[in-house]
Amino acid sequence: MKLALLADIHSNREALEAVLAHANERGAERFLFLGDYVGYGADPEWVVGTVMDLVEKGAVAILGNHDAAVKTGGAGMDSPARTVIEWTRGQLGAEHRAYLAGLPLAWEEAGRLFLHSEAAAPRKWTYVTDAQDAARSIRSTSCRVTFCGHVHKPAIYSMTEMWSSVSEMWKTTAFRPVAGVPVPLLPQRRWLAVIGSVGQPRDGDPSATYAIFDSDRKELTYHRVPYDFDATGEKIRAAGLPWMLAERLRKGQ
Amino acid sequence: MMHGRVHAGQTVDGFLIGELIHQGGMSTLRAVTRPDIDVPVLMKVPKILEGMDSAAIVSFEMEQMILPRVSGVHVPKFFAAGDFAVQPYIVMEHVPGKTLLHKLDDLPLPYEEVAAIGTKVATAIHDLHRQHVIHFDVKPSNILFRATGEAVLIDFGLSRHEQLPDLMAEEFRIPYGTGPYLAPEQILGVRKDPRSDLFALGVLLYFFSTGTRPFGDPKSKRQLHKRLWRDPVPPRKLRPDYPLWLQEIGLRCLEIDPARRHPSAGQLAFDLSHPGQVKLTVRSERLKRDPWTVAIRRRFNPHTEELVVKSAATATHVSTAPIVAIALDLSEGSEALAEALRETVQRGLERLPDARFAILNVLKQHRIALDQKLDQDGQNKHLMRLVELRHWAQKLDVTAHRISFHVLESPDPAAAIIDYAETNAVDQIVLGARTNSMLRTILGSVSAEVAAKAPCTVTVVRPRRRVSGADESSKV
Repeated sequence: MKLALLADIHSNREALEAVLAHANERGAERFLFLGDYVGYGADPEWVVGTVMDLVEKGAVAILGNHDAAVKTGGAGMDSPARTVIEWTRGQLGAEHRAYLAGLPLAWEEAGRLFLHSEAAAPRKWTYVTDAQDAARSIRSTSCRVTFCGHVHKPAIYSMTEMWSSVSEMWKTTAFRPVAGVPVPLLPQRRWLAVIGSVGQPRDGDPSATYAIFDSDRKELTYHRVPYDFDATGEKIRAAGLPWMLAERLRKGQ
Repeated sequence: MMHGRVHAGQTVDGFLIGELIHQGGMSTLRAVTRPDIDVPVLMKVPKILEGMDSAAIVSFEMEQMILPRVSGVHVPKFFAAGDFAVQPYIVMEHVPGKTLLHKLDDLPLPYEEVAAIGTKVATAIHDLHRQHVIHFDVKPSNILFRATGEAVLIDFGLSRHEQLPDLMAEEFRIPYGTGPYLAPEQILGVRKDPRSDLFALGVLLYFFSTGTRPFGDPKSKRQLHKRLWRDPVPPRKLRPDYPLWLQEIGLRCLEIDPARRHPSAGQLAFDLSHPGQVKLTVRSERLKRDPWTVAIRRRFNPHTEELVVKSAATATHVSTAPIVAIALDLSEGSEALAEALRETVQRGLERLPDARFAILNVLKQHRIALDQKLDQDGQNKHLMRLVELRHWAQKLDVTAHRISFHVLESPDPAAAIIDYAETNAVDQIVLGARTNSMLRTILGSVSAEVAAKAPCTVTVVRPRRRVSGADESSKV
């Protein structure tokens, strides 16, 4: 089965539309959303509504820190992020707010773990930025494969299960995936894959990122999808949100 | 969970296990059969024992990952891989014949034979590099030849796929590989540079042509590091009749700084198969190693290692070092076309500093030496064409080793150009459109045929045509 993995949409309608069309064309059979539907962008209502519809049809949606902040407030976030969370709360109807508040922190199926940040302390919203962070998360779950978002930069971490000493137990390889090239997630190893961001990529490439996991072939393929970021940026400006949030979309930063 | 051994007569995932073919330190090879496979295949099974070095396991995982993702005549065809939870194995095509290891008793080999072997191996390495795989263990026992002549590289246990996670990266706190053939950057732990394979082939060329290994057979880390500062004895010192071109090529492969080696295995194959076109530098005539003072300075200069690591870490895919063939037809005498072609080449020279340019011309004739006078006539024509090609290139701003001139002889220019591109791993063909439409009608378009059948990119250059419509209408 082909699982489409989408993370960090951040109220970016144009990017989500482009990614959904791309995934459907490639025969995605199931959608898994790894959190952060809102924040940064100007289309929270449409994005949350679209995710709700897809969950209705069998998709899975996980809670992200921006989604949680709609209810709890954006303490600890930087100023532009907090500004948008306040704005978003006013945009979303009661039903959508309740939906976000009720999302699960993690989802497990077939020995795979899906969550927003990482598995060691998911409520702390820690970023996995290197092999050491990844190793901590991998050792906190019995699942062979973890898929997460939050970082906005694609990365794959791998750990051997055939260690012969305690020091080897933490040996982890980091890798930056190449778009369009399937990576075999060898079943005898442990893996953590950080799916890049649909709505606000930060790795220097402004195109939307998502991945498809083929569970039969056990191959993970990252994709880059172009979308009209000028239109998205225009909406951010029109809504009176911080202009730098529009600017960063053009640069993928 | 892992058995690590299989026996003749046993069936594993539909494969009937046959005789033992090879017993290695890390794995065994057995002939196997399956009713739906009609070529000879073998099963490679890792010897996984208690307390075994984890690198051996990771190495087998890497081979399981890489082999299914490479294709072509220069690798054994992949058929199946076994799950680690049950019985790890790889089933691949059994390429018959002996590895180059059996030649070791006959060293040194004649120079022509070394160059022929080198060309084939470099071609195989280049094909692998084009598929984003660096072998990292090129040595005689990992090289076989098909009945049709092509070299086949085996054992991808130390290899790296540039677009897949490098599981071995974590295992490389000590350098793995084969001591005599390891490149300096591999010794320093950098697994990123395709030119490491060129260094290994350089060791092979040196060894096969002199009978002596350029850096011996080091057993300790200290001995291994010596090649970072001590240059090998020039082959001409060992064999006074050693050809200059072969020493030039061999010592260039063995440069400590990868950036000073050939930019690609394809360009190395090109040099090995065109000895007359090899640009000779001071390397080619050297009879002595660098003086001790120079070597010692290199040894204690902290920048030596830094330089090697930096060059290797910034290595790019071989597509940035293409071979471009420019097919010139000088017979039509169009100066405008010649100029347009020259401009195209000049732009390429400036934009691609690692590219190599082969200027071709097809002499349309059969030269059969039945008559000495006729043969002499052919040779004169051949030389005259070379002079014309050089004249055409005179205005180009180019260092001589990036450009070479070739006159091909064939009754069919398009076929000759396509054949040349196939044999020499050419990445792009540039040729002019025939300007004379009458000739094109009679003879057919060479550029159209080349564009349709070439194995690579084809660029057709045409000088801007003047629009004649306005003139004609004014006459009415």
